[in-house]
Amino acid sequence: MTIIQIILILFIIFALSRVFLRLKEGTISWKEFSFWTIVWTTGIVIVTNPKIPGRISYTIGIGRPADLILYTSTALLFYLVFRIYIKLNQMEESTTKIVREVSIEKARKNEPKSNKNN
Amino acid sequence: MEKSVFIVIPAYNEEKMIGKVIRELKENNYNNIIVVDDGSKDSTSKIVESLNTNIITHIINRGQGAALQTGTEYALRKGADIIVHFDADGQFKAEEIKNITQPIVNEEVEVTLGSRFLGTAVNIPHSKKITLKLGILFTYFFSGLKLTDTHNGFRALSRDAAQKILITQDKMAHASEIVDEIKKKKIKFKEIPVTVIYSEYSKKKGQSIFNSIKIAFNLIIKKLAK
Repeated sequence: MTIIQIILILFIIFALSRVFLRLKEGTISWKEFSFWTIVWTTGIVIVTNPKIPGRISYTIGIGRPADLILYTSTALLFYLVFRIYIKLNQMEESTTKIVREVSIEKARKNEPKSNKNN
Repeated sequence: MEKSVFIVIPAYNEEKMIGKVIRELKENNYNNIIVVDDGSKDSTSKIVESLNTNIITHIINRGQGAALQTGTEYALRKGADIIVHFDADGQFKAEEIKNITQPIVNEEVEVTLGSRFLGTAVNIPHSKKITLKLGILFTYFFSGLKLTDTHNGFRALSRDAAQKILITQDKMAHASEIVDEIKKKKIKFKEIPVTVIYSEYSKKKGQSIFNSIKIAFNLIIKKLAK
């Protein structure tokens, strides 16, 4: 095993421990725990078996395994950014709903008594 | 029985024009006015309160779409039969409210949309004209509706239509969202010629072409997310 493999494995074990801690704290769900465990475990498998990306990329038709990892990572990152953008939009909508309720309640309490409809 | 007409005015830092706009509405006998102060940093609220007019204040700025939805919901709670959306910057004419509400009063349609290209666009900048024409094309591809003016804040909704249409786009994409809602919920509508006056003041407050790109992006993302 090379030094870089050892460093990467140690980093992945650290990352996995953080994921496990977040699950214990309750800040991530079982679904999210499973997802990140699969991601990091896949990382360990690839780091300890560096020929695997080569075999996969050859099968798919991509020249270099590094390119395969780059394309996969880029696609995954784009998807995650999209999901984050959606989540942000949902949070904005929720904020607006709260601001709206507060403003309407306040307006109803302050309605001028002389205000009559047409 | 005469239908009650409520005018909803979203306002953000409009201390220069809001007083004039409210006075003109009252001179034309529109007294059910609801101003939604969208987190203004100037004296918009104080001026509206001094004119004994309903005001709802967003504690933080949320955007014109958000302000319109707030004003519309409040108008519905107050028993509005017809809700008119009217800008705070003096671009619209109060005397044209009658034209925009008449087809709803006559129960021909549930929504009327003002069109400056059927009516008059006074001093419209060329860049704005091009942006709006592109907007018309975008709306046709996005919503499938062929309109002559897709980004006009002057519109009227029946009570039923106001209950069906939900504005979730807080910022300027709400105008396209309203059109999309009309198509999706099969609401009967009509375009009405209106006058839009471009003063130096309103031109400064207007939307740039970059904003138009942002609007298109927000609408596409929303559709993809569903």
